[in-house]
Amino acid sequence: MLALLLLHLVAAVLAPVLLRWWGRNALLVLALVPAAAFGWVLSRLGRITDGGALQETVPWVPQLDLEIALRLDALSLTFALLVTGVGALVLLYCARYFEPDDEGTARFAGTLTAFAGSMLGLVLADDLLLLYVFWELTTVFSYLLIGGAGTKLAARRAASQALILTTAGGLAMLIGLIMLGETSGSYLLSEVVADPGSGPLLVAGTMLVLAGAVTKSAMIPFHFWLPAAMEAPTPVSAYLHAAAMVKAGIYLVARLAPGFADVPGWRPVVIGLGLATMLVGGYRALRQNDLKLLLAFGTVSQLGFLMVLVGAGSRELAAAGLAMTLAHALFKSTLFLTVGVIDHATGVRDLRRLSGLGRRLPVLAVIGTLAAASMAGLPPLLGFVGKEAAFTALLDGGLPDRTAALAVLTGLVLGSVLTAAYTARFVWGAFARKPDLAETEPAELVHPPSALFLAAPAVLALVGLLAGPFSPLLEPLVASYADTLAPVAEKAEKLALWHGLQPALLLSAVTVVGGALLFVARAPVFRFQRRLAVGASADEGYWNTLQALDRIAVLVTGTTQRGSLPAYLGTILVVVLALPGSVLLFRAPWPDQWRAWDTPVQALVGAVVIIAAFLALRIRQRLSAVLVVGVTGYGLAVLFALQGAPDLALTQFLVETLTLVVFVLVLRKLPKDITERHRPRERLGRGVIAVGIGALMAAAGAVVMSARTATPVSVDYPEAAYDFGGGQNIVNVTLVDIRAWDTLGELSLVVVAATGVASLVFLRRRTGVVDRLDPVQLARQERSSWRAPRGQWLAATATLAPERRSVILEVITRVLFHTILVFSVFLLFSGHNEPGGGFAGGLVAGLALVLRYLAGGRYELGEAAPVDPGLLLGVGLLFSGTTGVVGLLLGADVLQTAILETTLPVLGDVKLVTSLFFDIGVYLIVVGLVLDILRSLGAELDRQVDEDDPIDAAPGEVIVR
Amino acid sequence: MTPTVVLPVVIGVLYTAGVYLLLDRSLTRVLLGFLLLGNATNLLLLSAGGPSGLAPILGYAEAEEMSDPLPQALILTAIVITFGIAAFVLAIIYRSWRLVRQEVIEVDEEDRRVASRSDTDADDIDPDDLAPEDRPAMHDDTFAADNDIERGLARYYSGIASDDIDLPPTRGRKR
Repeated sequence: MLALLLLHLVAAVLAPVLLRWWGRNALLVLALVPAAAFGWVLSRLGRITDGGALQETVPWVPQLDLEIALRLDALSLTFALLVTGVGALVLLYCARYFEPDDEGTARFAGTLTAFAGSMLGLVLADDLLLLYVFWELTTVFSYLLIGGAGTKLAARRAASQALILTTAGGLAMLIGLIMLGETSGSYLLSEVVADPGSGPLLVAGTMLVLAGAVTKSAMIPFHFWLPAAMEAPTPVSAYLHAAAMVKAGIYLVARLAPGFADVPGWRPVVIGLGLATMLVGGYRALRQNDLKLLLAFGTVSQLGFLMVLVGAGSRELAAAGLAMTLAHALFKSTLFLTVGVIDHATGVRDLRRLSGLGRRLPVLAVIGTLAAASMAGLPPLLGFVGKEAAFTALLDGGLPDRTAALAVLTGLVLGSVLTAAYTARFVWGAFARKPDLAETEPAELVHPPSALFLAAPAVLALVGLLAGPFSPLLEPLVASYADTLAPVAEKAEKLALWHGLQPALLLSAVTVVGGALLFVARAPVFRFQRRLAVGASADEGYWNTLQALDRIAVLVTGTTQRGSLPAYLGTILVVVLALPGSVLLFRAPWPDQWRAWDTPVQALVGAVVIIAAFLALRIRQRLSAVLVVGVTGYGLAVLFALQGAPDLALTQFLVETLTLVVFVLVLRKLPKDITERHRPRERLGRGVIAVGIGALMAAAGAVVMSARTATPVSVDYPEAAYDFGGGQNIVNVTLVDIRAWDTLGELSLVVVAATGVASLVFLRRRTGVVDRLDPVQLARQERSSWRAPRGQWLAATATLAPERRSVILEVITRVLFHTILVFSVFLLFSGHNEPGGGFAGGLVAGLALVLRYLAGGRYELGEAAPVDPGLLLGVGLLFSGTTGVVGLLLGADVLQTAILETTLPVLGDVKLVTSLFFDIGVYLIVVGLVLDILRSLGAELDRQVDEDDPIDAAPGEVIVR
Repeated sequence: MTPTVVLPVVIGVLYTAGVYLLLDRSLTRVLLGFLLLGNATNLLLLSAGGPSGLAPILGYAEAEEMSDPLPQALILTAIVITFGIAAFVLAIIYRSWRLVRQEVIEVDEEDRRVASRSDTDADDIDPDDLAPEDRPAMHDDTFAADNDIERGLARYYSGIASDDIDLPPTRGRKR
């Protein structure tokens, strides 16, 4: 069974390609897929009718109890036959319905095949959640099929309407399914039905599941999406809206009925809604002029009928329901396909403008009439057998309550009268010669149908015709499902064409005669309906609901979103104060005793940091403010060192220095002072919030140590670091081994930040070209400055204006650059055992580059690092990532470290730890980050000033402010 | 474990200053506030890790004397990331300055527009306002209103109510 589903999936994926190769004839090949599934399902008929069931289980998500559990029993088999059989025929039909030059056929074919697969999955699924997955898949594909190319407003509306309604029902159903699963203790559909459990959760869950079934099967008051969905191409209507998707709700009700029919509320909901739908649908169908709409309302009506039958929960009615489901799928798809042929041939679907078609297309007329006869319940067709069985069952007391059974019977007979009437209207409208129109109208056929085009409806109509007399053959199949329900009558009636003269036959005659009378009196009936029309409909209700939702959304957005970022932040912070703050106030384990400080130096540095922080608030000069914030950073580095964290202290020093440089690079372009933009009251508010948060965090800092109850995870780190990570610097080993996944994620973040910086400055490229020295220009400059050639080292300083050069800086750079680089590499390699590592090493190398840039300008930066920073970042990420993959390839976990030790002649004992390569990646990424920043915020800004590039917009580019 | 007074006080002051600056409208001050908050958080993390100790490097110290290495590893990457984000915000500041000559977080005009909107501006349109061919297929059928076909029929058969197309054609017929 899984193979069949996969076959559909493959076919759906290949469909667009096949259609490109072979045109519309590829649909014939695609039709083979459901046809194969049909053949397979049919071949299992014997085993299923013997009472067996086929099962297949493949684990999928064990944590969710979700497994691909498929089960084929009598009910599934019936629906699977419908889904695959009609599916194959509809695809066959599509091969002629679409013209060779129609656009979008490729997408259509793929979607339709995928739909067929999901529908098959739906009826085969034995897992509640799997059922839901397939259920929603059919919704999504139906959305795509109704919407078509998305060029028609009506189609888009209809598609989204169907999607919203059925998804809303589907979500309710999901909750219901989970409730049912929890109540019964199993998520296997077969087990849930066998033992549903009990309790209020069961009732609520059942109602929610019914909500899903009701929306999907277009019951009142959600019926309106089905007629609206007639915007879809006719084959879609024939398949989705007659045979397959709308039957999903019927299937679900039929599936659950054996276990759930006695749940309080089940019968009123199912039977009540079903009856109402049958009557309303029939009444509305009677006044449609569009043939397709007439059928759509007819489908709504028939779905109501089916819902009553399969939901009643008695053996007799269930058998009748299953037979009727078969009959309905056969005749309704035939009728839709017939309308498709008419539409295709004439371009008209309005029955007031068609005339004499029966004589022009006799074969089609026979097909359509046969199907219509089945719909009206005329013998000897299957529709008659089904209806007869239903009437008999209700007369024999197909419901536990005798009065209810009679009431339901009355409703069904009324509905059947309407059905017969609109069927007559359909046949007359489609094929009859109308006295007030020309002999044949429209005069010319646009596309006379070919034999292949008529094949699908012909086959379906013939099956419907033959199934009537041969209906006893269906009995074993129908019975093996129906026997899962308790019988109400003493003697089970078998499916047959002729049961002898009995009350049900009389009722059938009443419906046919009543329908005929309604049809004959169609003019007064039509006028009566017009007069009765009310200016409200479910569709209007739907629209008004959406409007109300929109209004509420605007209201909520308008009240909560005032557009001020400080206000939003302030709100968040106040919430932080209120919730965690109150917990801290009342529940925190306050420490009993305090120490003033660890060392006096700590207190001293702390005082400096505090003073600097206060100064940062007062100072409005940009550069000075940055400097005092820098002081807090350096102070922090000292605190780190005092706390026993040399790695942190090192990194903090380096980063603080780099931050200062980057700030200066940008701030040189901005005005000196920051203007005050806040009124005193705003400042007071900010101050209150700030003090509150400060107090909260200080308290948290004081409490946090004594609040700890568990043993730290890091107690084993020292041992693990050496044994598994092969290093003595535990912090470094933590970064590159123990928590390497973390580091990998953070590295990616660094790459993203660097890319963001570059793309904010270089608008149209990742980075600009690397500014290299032009030797010719350099030589000219040297000649004009009357200086002796100075060789190659720091040559680019020659491009700077003399007043921007600093001899001391140039000398220092010459002396130190290589030393710093070597030191950075040393830090990288020694980092595993000593303070250092990829982060610190990379930052040091970055500082070396800063030095070169400050001394020699942007050309010097190009000379120092003639690579694209993006390349460095990418290679770095590749290094780190590959280390992880290599670990995997060697059979270990991702990012696991391997230790290789060997003795080399000169070097002595060499110990190579693979996480070194990870650290090299870190190093490269950090260097890339610094280089990216220098190139963007340094060199590119210089270039913009040098080349007087006031705003770097291309001609025709609009900048929105 | 007895906490020190110094660290919580430093943390509190850094947070206060950071939040105050973060709530400013000037992007430069927001960035400074962000840096202060970053520092404060790093310090909080470190102090939460336990009392001070010796450097967590084997060979320098025994495992019992060491400070906790885990928060240190977390803080180390946090420092570098803060640097990257700071550079990013600086680039935003620069960009904002180049484009509009200011580096201020203005009130979001779009939000204001939504807030001041009295009427809805729904994506969906009232079916009654749609062109007939765009209406839901069954919409018109609810109402006793006419549509294109009705109009066409009225043109063909003037004088005959369009409901009554099955009545025999009378002298109004023009074809």
